[in-house]
Amino acid sequence: MKISRMHIVTQAVLLITGLAMLFPFFWMIATSFKTGREVFSLSLIPQNPTMENYQELFTNSNFPLWFLNSVLCGFIVTLSTLFFDSLVGYTFAKYRFRGKKLIFILILSTMMIPTEMLVIPWFIMSNDLGWANTYWGIIFPGMMSGFGTFLMRQFFDSVPNDLIDAGRIDGLNEFDIWRRICMPLVKPALSALAIFTFVGNWNAFLWPLIVINDIYKYTLPVGLSFFNGEFQTEWEMVMTGASVATIPVLIIYLIFQKQIIKGIALTGIKG
Amino acid sequence: MKKERRILVMLLVLLGMCLSLFAGGKGEEETVDDGVTEIVYWQYFYETKKNLIDELIKEFEAANPDIRVIHQTFPYENYNTKVASSVPTGEGPNVINLYYGWLPMYMDAGYLQPLPEDAFPPEEIEAEYFPLVEAGKFDGKYYALPTAVRSLALFYNKDLFREAGLDPDSPPETMEEALEMAKKLTKTDKAGNYLQEGWGLQLNGQIHHWLREILVRQFGGQPYSDDGRTVTYNSQAGYDALKYATDFQLVHHVGMPNFMTDDVTAFKAGTLAMNIDGSFRLGTLDEIEELDYGVADIPTLNGVASNFASYWANGITSTTTGKELEASVKFLQFLLSDDVQARWLEAIGELPAKKDIALRPEFVNDPKYGPFIRGLENAHATMFVDETGQRQVWLDAWDQVVLNGMSVEDALNQAAETEQAILDRYYEGK
Amino acid sequence: MRKQRTLSRSRELWAYAFLAVPIVFYVVVRFYPSIFAFYLSLTDWDIVSRDKGFVGFENYARLFSDSVFRKTLFNTIRYVVVGLPASMFLGFVLAYNINKLTFGSSLYKTVFFMPYITSMVAVAWVWRWLYQPPPVGVFNNILVAIGLPSQQFLRSIGQAWISILVTTVWADLGFQMIILLAGLKGIPDEYYEAARIDGAGNMQILRKITLPLLKPTAIFLLISGTIRYLRIFTQVMNMTSQGDGGPLNSTKPLVLYIYDTAFKSFEMGYSAAMTVVLFFIILVITLIQMRVTRSEDQ
Repeated sequence: MKISRMHIVTQAVLLITGLAMLFPFFWMIATSFKTGREVFSLSLIPQNPTMENYQELFTNSNFPLWFLNSVLCGFIVTLSTLFFDSLVGYTFAKYRFRGKKLIFILILSTMMIPTEMLVIPWFIMSNDLGWANTYWGIIFPGMMSGFGTFLMRQFFDSVPNDLIDAGRIDGLNEFDIWRRICMPLVKPALSALAIFTFVGNWNAFLWPLIVINDIYKYTLPVGLSFFNGEFQTEWEMVMTGASVATIPVLIIYLIFQKQIIKGIALTGIKG
Repeated sequence: MKKERRILVMLLVLLGMCLSLFAGGKGEEETVDDGVTEIVYWQYFYETKKNLIDELIKEFEAANPDIRVIHQTFPYENYNTKVASSVPTGEGPNVINLYYGWLPMYMDAGYLQPLPEDAFPPEEIEAEYFPLVEAGKFDGKYYALPTAVRSLALFYNKDLFREAGLDPDSPPETMEEALEMAKKLTKTDKAGNYLQEGWGLQLNGQIHHWLREILVRQFGGQPYSDDGRTVTYNSQAGYDALKYATDFQLVHHVGMPNFMTDDVTAFKAGTLAMNIDGSFRLGTLDEIEELDYGVADIPTLNGVASNFASYWANGITSTTTGKELEASVKFLQFLLSDDVQARWLEAIGELPAKKDIALRPEFVNDPKYGPFIRGLENAHATMFVDETGQRQVWLDAWDQVVLNGMSVEDALNQAAETEQAILDRYYEGK
Repeated sequence: MRKQRTLSRSRELWAYAFLAVPIVFYVVVRFYPSIFAFYLSLTDWDIVSRDKGFVGFENYARLFSDSVFRKTLFNTIRYVVVGLPASMFLGFVLAYNINKLTFGSSLYKTVFFMPYITSMVAVAWVWRWLYQPPPVGVFNNILVAIGLPSQQFLRSIGQAWISILVTTVWADLGFQMIILLAGLKGIPDEYYEAARIDGAGNMQILRKITLPLLKPTAIFLLISGTIRYLRIFTQVMNMTSQGDGGPLNSTKPLVLYIYDTAFKSFEMGYSAAMTVVLFFIILVITLIQMRVTRSEDQ
């Protein structure tokens, strides 16, 4: 009896905090249904709800293209990161070779340099290689990450060596051992890495801005900044764009969320 | 297992789609040599400007079938970042639109080439254009010229004037009048929160220009030395100017910065009665039918009239040579032509850069454009070397006085010191 | 014996084969640009100039006399020291309570995770509205309605950074909660049951079992959170007027200053010098955190 009362109180408190937490989010969505003049009014519910912003967004701007570009780049970067980071993480967790410690520390240290400092050399490089103003140009700097490598190494650490040796006895080559035996065991970790990578890439702004020249090749964050004009910002459009932009990330989250919980618990993360 | 396989297939399909897009992108880049010269034009994204330029390019291409102009636009906020980042690669546009305040930096870098004198004779420029285009002149040569220029004027809300019992057809002519009216036009709630502002004080809008180039001069000072290398507003005139303006907030309580997020929003919403703003705002305000507003000359103070002018100029990049250069020169001549300048005013709301076009009776006597064009006669363009940094020092000076209670002398001296350091770093070794 | 050696030899080769492409990638895409940045910090390059004038350690010397640098460094550390513990604590409170629920937990997880996956630019703007002075600001309207004086929030030197931090914590809470929840799920139920049988109360269980067993998770959050908070940028850029980190630089974090110096004032060399300093700060803090937490483990 006592427990269930506690339970009700907890539920109530969580519900209220949750709604409060979501208030700015609701506001964003509400604004997307407001007209330009009503944007600054105080009411959460628009007086004259309108779909105009959505129509404008999908018909009168390059938004559908920006959206598609972001999804494509997001997918490729995420896939590539999952593949390489898990391969590299696995190598550091399960092999002994010369220079291991040094290479690992060097890769880790790449987490600590702000992107802002790297974009100019990347851009010079892209121009030399003919990658400027291409999708490949947007994608290539994010193909691998120190964060993912670190995360995956932690996970592979907990995979028992016996399994690997068993694979070797069965005559599998090293690549197949990684792919067929070890990878399935860290699926939860891959899910976690997938969502972190996708979210991070989804919000990237500076690099796509610099590497792309054609308005129809931009990704979402850069595209949305077109509504932020010289003399005024079309807030209703920014909010509409941001609301739509939340959907893919939410889908990714919903697909992977259960795995994430399992994933992170499985590591027993080592300090 | 089945579900995972389906996801995998989906991913592969996406990957394939993406690869085909790469292929598409590459195919486009292959240019066929059909005797057509391609040039690239860059400006920032502003809907009416983009549309007008697109239209103009069509006309230009029809008249010059051997030239194709590729028009690329970028988000306004990050335009300068984008342009600067493109410089070290040596790739970029042939003709480019740059804010006049950025020109010194790009000049230094050798980014622009002098406009050929046979196509753009300096004597003609000096005779025809408003003198402020000299900001594009370096070592006796012109490197960039504007199609249009901008100046400031006083925007006022006629309905609010009526409501406060003021005559909507006689806006203030002097600052004394303006202040009296502003007091009548301000409304607050019981706790003293503004419900309506009499006078806009959006520092990071145009008010820092009002302080620097208008008030300082109206108090008998000069913001910078004639060569623009030395800060001179740390004088009695400067202190008076800052004191005068901050008193609007601190003593007279007729306004504050960032009311309703910014001045434009407040003015549009009808909660700001008077605001100093640029001609470029006319278009935005005209969209709102409920808004009945007027435009007037910037009020004088101590009998002095002054104004601030600025512009976006077009130049040709130094990597442009040969046929592309010829085409770029033609395109630039077209952009600066009388016809385009006149159309620009109507489509964009920026003032023609040539005197005799701007001073056409239909423009000078226009109730809305008139005050701006008249303002050009005593307008000054600040010789910025780091526009963001130099704006910030005035914002900080204001905040020091208003938020920190610092004396205007200390605040302005500090601003002058910071700005002088910016100037020194730029002019060092020149 | 010989076979053993060739075997380990061949595995070493496999390792290098696995690393071949990544090493090329890291060298070209990460190390080379980083070294380039280190080199830039010794020049007065302004992005657009063709030549990069070598100035030795002048940029570093300038850092010492730059009051804005000191201020932004202080602000950044303040964000970490105040914001990170707050978000970890609140994240834990949430995770702890959600973990006890018998139903609805996945709904709450999603609700509290939403801010983390929403565009920071958009939410920063919504929050900016909420903080406005009357008549538009929601918070101020609430204050006025219950008879309290209105607050300046983002326009006040004392309140602006706290206001921004509240938004940051709001967005960060979901991330902390999800990972802590994962940590809590990893604690076997048997431990709790055993404690209950021994007659331990809720608080005792929390202190003696839950918290100690959560330590590895907390360490992970501490290290990754420190790096994240040291690199605060977007929210300040979008919540302050024209992204200036004001009023009077009271909210400006180091990364925003680095960005402005590089891409608005175009002092690439000076900006690079600040980046190098930031890099070493992050490196040292991370190493200390790793060292401290490891020695406690043993």
